[in-house]
Amino acid sequence: MDKTPTESAYHVPDSLAQVRVTMKYTLLDYFRSRRFFVLLGIALIISLLLTVLVGYYRPPTFLSDSLSFYSSWWGNSTTFVIILGGIFFGGDAISGEFQNKTGYFGIPNPIRRSSIYIGKWLSAFLAATIIFGVFAAITLGNGIYYFGANVPIQFGQSILYAWFYLAAVMGFTFFFSSLFKSTNLSILITAILFLFVFSLVETLVSAFANIEPWFILTYGAGIIGNILQATYPPRSVTTPVGRRFTITTYNATVPEGLAIIGLYFIITTILGLVLFERKEFT
Amino acid sequence: MTNPSVEALDLSKRYGSFPALTNLNLKLEGAKCVGFLGPNGAGKTTTLKIFTDLIRPSSGQALINGVNVHTEKKKALQSVGALIETPEIYAALTPREALSMIAEIRGVPKDERGKRIEEALHEVAMDDWIDKRVGKFSKGMKQRVDIASALVSDPTVLLLDEPTNGLDPRGMSEVRSIIRSLKNKNRLIFMSSHLLSEVSDVCDEVALIDHGKLIVYDKIANITTKFSGGENTVEVGLNRPTDDSLVGKVSKINGVTAVEKKNNAEIRIRFTGGMEVQESILANLVRMNIGVISYKPAASALEDVYLSLIKDTV
Repeated sequence: MDKTPTESAYHVPDSLAQVRVTMKYTLLDYFRSRRFFVLLGIALIISLLLTVLVGYYRPPTFLSDSLSFYSSWWGNSTTFVIILGGIFFGGDAISGEFQNKTGYFGIPNPIRRSSIYIGKWLSAFLAATIIFGVFAAITLGNGIYYFGANVPIQFGQSILYAWFYLAAVMGFTFFFSSLFKSTNLSILITAILFLFVFSLVETLVSAFANIEPWFILTYGAGIIGNILQATYPPRSVTTPVGRRFTITTYNATVPEGLAIIGLYFIITTILGLVLFERKEFT
Repeated sequence: MTNPSVEALDLSKRYGSFPALTNLNLKLEGAKCVGFLGPNGAGKTTTLKIFTDLIRPSSGQALINGVNVHTEKKKALQSVGALIETPEIYAALTPREALSMIAEIRGVPKDERGKRIEEALHEVAMDDWIDKRVGKFSKGMKQRVDIASALVSDPTVLLLDEPTNGLDPRGMSEVRSIIRSLKNKNRLIFMSSHLLSEVSDVCDEVALIDHGKLIVYDKIANITTKFSGGENTVEVGLNRPTDDSLVGKVSKINGVTAVEKKNNAEIRIRFTGGMEVQESILANLVRMNIGVISYKPAASALEDVYLSLIKDTV
């Protein structure tokens, strides 16, 4: 093709195609990275421990019926696997572009920053989904071993909610990753928030201030475990502590939980994208 | 037919109260290599980062081929290859994959991609490492892959920020050769550097910047003439040993003010006048049949001008 001196000989593809390209190569980088195999190892170790412990001790809380089994196995540990997926793949996804200078390789090309952000988000989400999928498959395998192929519908619902939760966690970690230029700081703060701060605030405001913690993402994620209960827990439970005190625990309904997860996903993803668009490589 | 161009229009950048760039007006046009010189913190990298969307200007416009980089980035950068600082490539990718990513982003068709990638990596002498993971590369090797990525889509404008930074002497020499060869392919190359000899060796023109302000932009010969009291210096390489009689003969050429033996195969000629005189001296030297094998403006002349202009602005 002939070109004038100011023209490129090539036609720059549309933004959607560039998102696919970014996703493809970031995913390839993830699949070859140590972090992918470390997280896969953690998911396998958790699964292996549960398999051995349940097989050896045969605890009644797991083996009384199939719903109890999925509730005890999946409901208690899947959110931990999801949070680790978010931290491992999202924690430094954007901050690394600044600190590790990978942004200097991609940004000075005819591509919108939003295409890079979305491509990286999708690759992190897919990589974490694979780990999540492995954990779900092992849970299902054990469930079928103990209770046959008659898998309760609630387990399918729980997987779906958990997958939405993974999207929200990834949106949140990308937002924090966009806030900082230091990879260590973005990973550390995200980990502290998800593993300690959210749970602590949720407990404090509900137990002692009697406020429903609707503004906390992990509160919304309670639906992942609650849907696996034989009876969905009531909206609030007040338990007396001694003669004078009571402690209240709240449970989001499924629509509320989905709304909280959805809002966190939308708001943090948009905020992270805006931050990345405006941030400078100084 | 339009020439490739890079244009700064009242371009300013402030970091808080610090003015990194102040009303830069500069238009580069046509196929040539322009050196961008200035001390540390002068605003060279800031300017190149603005032209590649790594940072945004506080005011003014950065245009490439007449298109604003910040309002129409995809269009402005479609024919631009850039190397700013030393970019890191995703560590688990190979040079082939990293360049393939850039080629796909830039729309290089699949049937051409493999050939273009191999050519670009061959040009920077990284053929043997094409399928090895970048994470294990030295800084110099990464720099070569980065240069190859800037070339993979055959751009008409090249923005290079200290392209030989981090390379060993052989690597520096190879990169200079690459840049010289690129000049012959109808490209506009805008290259920042600390190395005056490098700029003098590779570039046709120089833009000198200090404290965020443009000091001068012109052809190297014009600048050295203008700021050295009308005197210029050229270095002449000879393939025969020089002697005093040769120095005497050269001194008599019209316009020559002084001749100095630099070493056994090189002389330095000072002369008054511009490029016409420089051309006429070369013609005379060739007629004298003394074995001229190279003829170029002396790097030290540019250095003298640089030092005098930068000192003046301190």
